[in-house]
Amino acid sequence: MKAILTVVGNDKVGIIAKVSVKLAEMNINILDISQTIMQNIFTMIMLVDTDKSSYKIEEISGQLEEIAKEMGVEIRLQHEGIFNSMHRI
Amino acid sequence: MLNRWEILETLHMFSDENLDIRTVTMGISLRDCSGDDINKLCGKIYDKITKKAGKLVSECEKISAEYGIPIINKRISVTPIALVADGCEGDFTKIARTLDRAAKNTGVNFIGGYSALVHKGFTPGDKKLISSIPQALAETERLCSSVNVGSTKAGINMDAVRIMGNIICDASVRTKDKGCIGPAKLVVFCNAVEDNPFMAGAFHGIGEGECVINVGVSGPGVVQNAIKKLGKDAPLNEVAEVIKKTAFKITRMGQLVAGEASKRLGAEFGIVDLSLAPTPAVGDSVAYILEEMGIGTCGTHGTTAALAMLNDAVKKGGIMASSSVGGLSGAFIPVSEDAGMIAAAKCGALSVEKLEAMTSVCSVGLDMIVVPGDTSPEVISAIIADEAAIGMVNCKTTAVRIIPAIGKKVGEVLEFGGLLGSGPIMPLNTFASGDFVNRGGRIPAPLHSLKN
Repeated sequence: MKAILTVVGNDKVGIIAKVSVKLAEMNINILDISQTIMQNIFTMIMLVDTDKSSYKIEEISGQLEEIAKEMGVEIRLQHEGIFNSMHRI
Repeated sequence: MLNRWEILETLHMFSDENLDIRTVTMGISLRDCSGDDINKLCGKIYDKITKKAGKLVSECEKISAEYGIPIINKRISVTPIALVADGCEGDFTKIARTLDRAAKNTGVNFIGGYSALVHKGFTPGDKKLISSIPQALAETERLCSSVNVGSTKAGINMDAVRIMGNIICDASVRTKDKGCIGPAKLVVFCNAVEDNPFMAGAFHGIGEGECVINVGVSGPGVVQNAIKKLGKDAPLNEVAEVIKKTAFKITRMGQLVAGEASKRLGAEFGIVDLSLAPTPAVGDSVAYILEEMGIGTCGTHGTTAALAMLNDAVKKGGIMASSSVGGLSGAFIPVSEDAGMIAAAKCGALSVEKLEAMTSVCSVGLDMIVVPGDTSPEVISAIIADEAAIGMVNCKTTAVRIIPAIGKKVGEVLEFGGLLGSGPIMPLNTFASGDFVNRGGRIPAPLHSLKN
């Protein structure tokens, strides 16, 4: 499935690196990426494709949650459909 | 590609504004289980429910994980048991225990449909089921019951209204050691709907198909925050627009989950219910939306107007977001389940009389109201009659879910815990109306029921 991965939290060195390495390990492809600092908060949005990954969605979220705890940020992985249905008619 | 603001807005709804799917309810027809042997009937009911809903909880959990949407409750509604068991001999509480067991086996937290539809009259099965309700609720954990006592087309069955006053009091007495939980799972309706996903009043109507998925969304926190961002000086028409847009987004999420759940479970997609359902959690309150609109404390003058506008805007926003809207679809105002309502009742701003007025402009009725334990059955019947009259005349669903707190008085609090919350005991008008209620008979349908 195509999913939106969001990382929100205090900026520090290596957030994108950590997340990208973990995604590569799980064979998850990054299709699009945007990152910015909004009101001093680090905000990264990725569009990823999990189809080729052998991990279940719960396992992927679990692995990302470990990084989230380690880096003190919030990471969420959600099916792209939820955003499309909310914002596109 | 979606833009950053859209993605963050959705994210914010989940992380900070308590947006969730309140319930995915599977409606299951039990019409093919009928028979005159109660043991066979119970066997068929158990088998059918556990077969149809065996994967309900696990599939909903998968959807929840994939989409990142919390699905709070997974529930089942069945054909009103009075219809299924009408020809049966024996003790109906056996069916209640069977339903409870099926609910536990499938992992749902409530099963609704221990119900009778008696808006025009009783069959022997209806009478038997109604008289078994207090014991059925005392012996089960997850069973919910409802009785429809009136409709715009048929009028109000005042014999049923009189009986239900007694049934509610009895249900409370029989569960007094469990915090009077019995009547919290019992709803008395006028114009009950057949596809309601919300408990305790859900049942699978007789016009429904074999197996249907109905979904109820939540989102009072999202609406409240959207109004807050608008600022205090925005005129009400602008407030209405913001509510509409927000309701659209919330409902789209419900539609997505409903479609996905019905596909995965091999069931028909029924409806999305547009109701704003509060919980006792902070930031998940309908009362606080009204206060955000400018009402000082919920229950004061102006509350009815604010609620009318909120209810209407939610429907207008939601209607286009779903291919099929139904259920109750309005703002719920259950006192014990809404932090703002609890606070307003405690400080005296919100009275039962004001709540009654509010129910004439929103769904669904006097809901989760705790009253003194010494309230007589006649008074409760009279409250039901008033509420049913509002529903009947205004062609809308109304309901009464009222809990006499045995051994407690006005000013005390009855704790239910969980989603049912806690209810401050509210004073009632104590002047007599027993002679009116005890007349029984039927209040004829209003003139405007003759539309043909």
